[in-house]
Amino acid sequence: MALLTLRNLSVGYDKDIIVQNLNVTVNAGDYLCILGENGSGKSTLMKTILSLTPPIVGEVILGEDLLRNEIGYLPQQTLVQKDFPASVFEIVLSGCQKASAFQPFYSNADKETARRNMERMQIADLASHAYKNLSGGQQQRVLLARALCATKKLLLLDEPVAGLDPKVTNELYDLIQRLNKEDNITIIMISHDIGAAVKYATHILHIGQHIFSGTKEAYVKSETGKLFMTRDAT
Amino acid sequence: MIETLQVYFQYPFVRYAFIVGILISLCSALFGVTLVLKRFSFIGDGLSHVAFGAIAIASVLNLTNQMLLVLPLTIVSAVLLLRTGQNTKIKGDAAIAMISVATMAFGYLIMNVFSTSSNLSGDVCTTLFGSTSILTLTRNDVFLCVVLSVAVVALFILFYNKLFAITFDETFSKAIGVNTDRYNLFIAIVIAVIIVLAMKLVGSLLISALVVFPALCAMRLFKSFKAVTLFAAAISVVCAIAGLLISILAGTPVGSTIVMMDVFAFSVCYVFDVIFSRL
Ligand SMILES: Nc1ncnc2c1ncn2[C@@H]1O[C@H](COP(=O)(O)OP(=O)(O)OP(=O)(O)O)[C@@H](O)[C@H]1O
Ligand SMILES: [Mg+2]
Repeated sequence: MALLTLRNLSVGYDKDIIVQNLNVTVNAGDYLCILGENGSGKSTLMKTILSLTPPIVGEVILGEDLLRNEIGYLPQQTLVQKDFPASVFEIVLSGCQKASAFQPFYSNADKETARRNMERMQIADLASHAYKNLSGGQQQRVLLARALCATKKLLLLDEPVAGLDPKVTNELYDLIQRLNKEDNITIIMISHDIGAAVKYATHILHIGQHIFSGTKEAYVKSETGKLFMTRDAT
Repeated sequence: MIETLQVYFQYPFVRYAFIVGILISLCSALFGVTLVLKRFSFIGDGLSHVAFGAIAIASVLNLTNQMLLVLPLTIVSAVLLLRTGQNTKIKGDAAIAMISVATMAFGYLIMNVFSTSSNLSGDVCTTLFGSTSILTLTRNDVFLCVVLSVAVVALFILFYNKLFAITFDETFSKAIGVNTDRYNLFIAIVIAVIIVLAMKLVGSLLISALVVFPALCAMRLFKSFKAVTLFAAAISVVCAIAGLLISILAGTPVGSTIVMMDVFAFSVCYVFDVIFSRL
């Protein structure tokens, strides 16, 4: 059974529909890239998948072995205040928080999970550093490690490389690809970087005036894909 | 000086004042960090005005136990303020300003019209700036304060991790299924309780100082949430004790003396921070 199915889904705010009639299936191990122009509703779609925003029509169906609280999320530009006092470890550990109020404390296993994920993201040496003093790339790794604490199965990433320089961007893409290939974590990533999408993703969902959903290979050959790629190149 | 203090400490009301002062400054500092970081401190300020109005009503009605009226009224207002603040950000601010001035004006008005007290301006001044002396705490006050403070501290420890997570990134918490609205409600209610408690100590106009200064002091010096929380609690208690001692020895008003100690602590932390970041 599919990990995640969007059936006849329309998303938006209040009664304003932004994206209409999506039918998408995501299988375990997929790397899906969501493309589309600014304001086309990519973040809104992601929030709908996470139940942060209710769907207007249709439904988001989670596979049988995927629980609601087993999805890791990297929000678009977390607007953390400039002077928020928090150490890297505190933030990563907060990925282990349980939805239930009856589990108020972190277990040793949680702390172990946090440490392992910091190593995975190569930030173990920053554990006691202040988050606010880190570089943009380091901050994204911290938030990625936090998201990994929440999931072993599905990561939703909203523009993880926004504002990073090319070198750091590539490092982050490599890390994400490794999570997908080696740890078999399903990735759904929003991106404006069509080059990276075509390079790393297995599937593409393009939203906007023309909706495309299918494999990367089909996308490259499609009208939408051609149009978007040539425009991007110029 | 030590002898003078020994004499003072023989009086139960002096000991009461210290118990109450330490507990209140502890509670307000613990939640102050969350309040400042969540940008909820304006709610604290608005609530202190509501509490003033509620006290005015209680004293006009000649209630023997004012808390029974003041506490529920302030909690209800906290919940309402949080709702309006969340729905529409800008209007929320305006709503709080409106409620603040309305309750203050109403409070003063009814105190003026209906009060049977011979010393009206004294009463008003006490409610606004805290008692001039610390003789006014009764055994019941102290008992209530101890019970509520212990509850507040226990809840803080129990929900410390959730408070951090929600303060740092509410969206993320919500995404992994945490009922963040419920925790915001919880925060608002606890703030209301703290404000009502702190009215006794420093009066309604000065409460915000107890909430805001310790957090700002700690944020100057420490970079992790845990360290900030612990230091804020410690500095707040130290300031309260120092303020109480000075006010006993020098006969100054309790509330303003404690607040001045907080201001002083902040300046010290500020200077410390500037010097250390230069090094
Ligand atoms: N909370 C909200 N309430 C109402 N409308 C909103 C809200 N958030 C976003 N919108 C609107 O929904 C539309 C889609 O926004 P969304 O953030 O999903 O776009 P996006 O594709 O992620 O854009 P970007 O590439 O800039 O991140 C925009 O027109 C935006 O103005
Ligand atoms: Mg977006």
